[in-house]
Amino acid sequence: MNDNVEKRRSERTVDDVFAQAMAEPDIRGRSLWVDAWHRLLRNRAAVVSGVLMILIVLAVVVGPMIAPWAGDFTDWDNTSSPPSLETGHWFGTDAVGRDILVRTLEGGRISLLVGLVATLVSLVIGVSYGAVAGYYGGMTDRIMMRVVDIIYALPFMFFVILLMVVFGRHIILIFVAIGAVNWLDMARIVRGQTLSLKNTEFIEAARACGVDHHSIILRHIVPNLLGVVIVYVTLTIPQVILVESFLSFIGLGVQEPMSSWGALVNNGAQDMESAPWTLVFPAVFLTVTLYCFNYIGDGMRDALDPKDRA
Amino acid sequence: MALLDVTGLEVEFETPEGTVRAVSNLDFHLEEGETLAIVGESGAGKSQMMMAIMGLLAENGRARGSALYRGADLLGMTARELNAIRGNQIAMIFQDPMTSLNPYMTIEQQMTEVIMHHRKLKRDEARAQAVEMLRAVRIPDAEERIRQYPHEYSGGMRQRVMIAMGLLCEPELLIADEPSTALDVTVQAQITQLVRELREQAGMSIILITHDLAVVADIADRVMVMYAGEVVECGSAEDIFYNPQHPYTRGLLDSVPRLDRASDQDLHAIPGNPPNLLDLPVGCNFRDRCDEAREECREPPPVWRDETGRMSRCVLPMEGGKRVDPDGTGPESRATNSASRENRE
Amino acid sequence: MSKPVLRVQDLSVTFTSLAGSVFNRQERQIRAVDGINFELFAGETLGIVGESGCGKSTLARAILGLLPPNRGRVMWMGDNLTELDEEAMRQRRKELQIVFQDPVASLDPRMTAGDIISEPLWTFYPKMARLQVDERTRGMMKMVGLLPNQINRYPHEFSGGQCQRIGIARSLVLNPRLLICDEPVSALDVSIQAQIVNLLQDLQKKLGLALIFVAHDLSVVRHISDRVMVMYMGQAMEVSEKERLYRKPLHPYTNALMKSVPVPDPKLAAAARRENWLTGDMPSPYRRPKGCVFHDRCPFKVKRCEADVPPLRRMENGDRVACHRAEDLDLSVVEA
Repeated sequence: MNDNVEKRRSERTVDDVFAQAMAEPDIRGRSLWVDAWHRLLRNRAAVVSGVLMILIVLAVVVGPMIAPWAGDFTDWDNTSSPPSLETGHWFGTDAVGRDILVRTLEGGRISLLVGLVATLVSLVIGVSYGAVAGYYGGMTDRIMMRVVDIIYALPFMFFVILLMVVFGRHIILIFVAIGAVNWLDMARIVRGQTLSLKNTEFIEAARACGVDHHSIILRHIVPNLLGVVIVYVTLTIPQVILVESFLSFIGLGVQEPMSSWGALVNNGAQDMESAPWTLVFPAVFLTVTLYCFNYIGDGMRDALDPKDRA
Repeated sequence: MALLDVTGLEVEFETPEGTVRAVSNLDFHLEEGETLAIVGESGAGKSQMMMAIMGLLAENGRARGSALYRGADLLGMTARELNAIRGNQIAMIFQDPMTSLNPYMTIEQQMTEVIMHHRKLKRDEARAQAVEMLRAVRIPDAEERIRQYPHEYSGGMRQRVMIAMGLLCEPELLIADEPSTALDVTVQAQITQLVRELREQAGMSIILITHDLAVVADIADRVMVMYAGEVVECGSAEDIFYNPQHPYTRGLLDSVPRLDRASDQDLHAIPGNPPNLLDLPVGCNFRDRCDEAREECREPPPVWRDETGRMSRCVLPMEGGKRVDPDGTGPESRATNSASRENRE
Repeated sequence: MSKPVLRVQDLSVTFTSLAGSVFNRQERQIRAVDGINFELFAGETLGIVGESGCGKSTLARAILGLLPPNRGRVMWMGDNLTELDEEAMRQRRKELQIVFQDPVASLDPRMTAGDIISEPLWTFYPKMARLQVDERTRGMMKMVGLLPNQINRYPHEFSGGQCQRIGIARSLVLNPRLLICDEPVSALDVSIQAQIVNLLQDLQKKLGLALIFVAHDLSVVRHISDRVMVMYMGQAMEVSEKERLYRKPLHPYTNALMKSVPVPDPKLAAAARRENWLTGDMPSPYRRPKGCVFHDRCPFKVKRCEADVPPLRRMENGDRVACHRAEDLDLSVVEA
């Protein structure tokens, strides 16, 4: 009898609750992305870096447009002049009188562009390649990953020099060269993640529901990879910028009159004793950018995978 | 004097969603040689309570109150003092033996390390002890198997190794957090049996943390039932199993599927879901899921006690109990507690 | 009696693992499922019980074609599922569904409850109107006891029991004929377990499902099953009608499993302890005992058990058992 009373009670309340819920509007869910975003916003270093990065990007994009000088304008009255407000060259000029501020901002355009484009290239190739290899596994995986190993074994510098010699120095080639190497890492990371994701129960559940392979990769694997991928991307951008700087520094990068932070640092290094400002300003921009990306990447990692934090 | 005497324990966690009170206003004591079972479901705070006492809370956690172990307050100890007590006088066993064992070291390396560290013995003496302990927990071919790695053991054997490691330093108190939950029923029975025998041989006190009342029936002297961070009922095993007072305890007992009862009716279920500590109901925490819920339950429930140490936290009067209203240090903290809840709503 | 909807014949799954060094490669084989036979009728519930590692989950997956069997047939409504090509099998998945053990891990953490439940609909009826999908999804949520206005919530915002309800809703959204539940309650709190078992039982009656309920202990299965199959080391030890099995198990292993179910009663627990004779662990799958696989843990073994493999034979009442001594052992349960 007791059971019956209890049953009636619980049934009634369930119906009441449902009736009530039917009338109420839908509750908004809080996705893992939103959670991660809130965690990221609480990370001071990442937020400061983010703000700095936005400022740098804005300066780099807008700066050259509103600057009183063009990047290749030669101010013969002020060659190698130190930073000063009077001359209007806030960061000084180089040996041929070009304004360092404008040059630095223009160089930043190239550096950041290389970083972004090369990373995007590696992202697209790496994620699709890695996800396919990891998901299908077996022979497909083995062959695909051997290809990666072989490309990996090519000496990078040799590869770049070869490209330059064959096709001439061109900025597109830098994208190609860096992207061609960077997607390998991405593919390996994505493949590893996919392998472990593939065995989770929700993938098995999707298979049991008749979802085809194509949709499983697109709807379940890739969204669940994104966390790792985003972190890796934010850490790849500075790496690419650094590689470009290195190429420019040894003279394989962008060509005059175009410039990048690496090229500027290279020029500056030659006049380091007589005009240190030609080295310091581009170097500061380069370093700050690299720092910012690293902090943002770290922040993202903490935000996206809170379990790893402890 | 009790071996362990916990008073006014509160455990809070700072989370992005706000402060979570995992344990509130908890008192209990453990006598020497006694086995106390702490029963509760997910979110009851039973594990967090032990973690707090052992100084193993996660970084965002805070504990208040006192936990006197032989008169010394564990909550006020430095990490070094705690370390000396953990492993030597108090041993802990966790639910998942695989994550508590180092997969890259053999069982021998892991066991002798503990002995050599705590007992200052030589390697071969330590080894002999380790083998002996493995025999005690009935690992077959202990001499051989001690050289193997954790993954070469079955789940039940790993848990037995964990128990063996816990007992190496002959602790006075063994804290077992869901020691048999991950195991098959057949192995579960063996582990409980083993713990019981070892308790008799060594005269240990045991705190068993579990959600499984059936395991409790097999081993406990006294039982403490927790719900949403509070003790809802406490008493001897006999009292709890044969004369449960709190509706939650009764519900838990009824929801265990049993072979010795008729099978044609529905299983008894407690309706609703385990408590969300961020969004507890006003008044009694169990109100939403309780068969006996009534208007008065919107107030914090009274506490009933009798002279045997039996306790229940419910509007329903406890048989032979006196209303102690509210418990011990209660009035202010309960009042502010419910006030802050109301503010949130 | 009508024809069975599902007939599993001699189904075997073998896993191969590599052992030894690079120079001395050895293939080791584990017979996870070893010659299983059973049939299932429409609206019937078969409980499959055994300790972890006995192959019960592998069997469930092999029936659904999630793992390739290396021998045997799965006859579903006249078709042998093991011979279907991928696309044909995919189409049959509308009729065969599964609920997983871990309620949280079986839901994609980046999808909302609504997306998860409606995914099978999108998959098989891509042209279905959005409104219709939404309506069906909400209907399913209500049917499994979830508030439909939580349709946009994510799995981590639900409790374990609620997640399992989402999993059940997903598996039923296509109106399957067979539902396999792989330990659907073992990861849940005790008070919630009963809710889920009762829900499954109600849904089965309402929808006329054939149900396979996999569990590691006999107590849960008892409430929901019509027949129970007990597995040990990939083999069926006993397949019996429920009441008979619980009153008088035919196989010593069934008896041992029953004895080891813990009772929430201190006095009975003490009594049960004295009767519990099952010791030791299941042997390593690499070292499968000769003869009866259970003989080294069986107190009733005779010489013959060490040499001859007992076949799963049919008793007079239709129950089946794989034990040489089934007739002369009396393992009846004494009613308390």
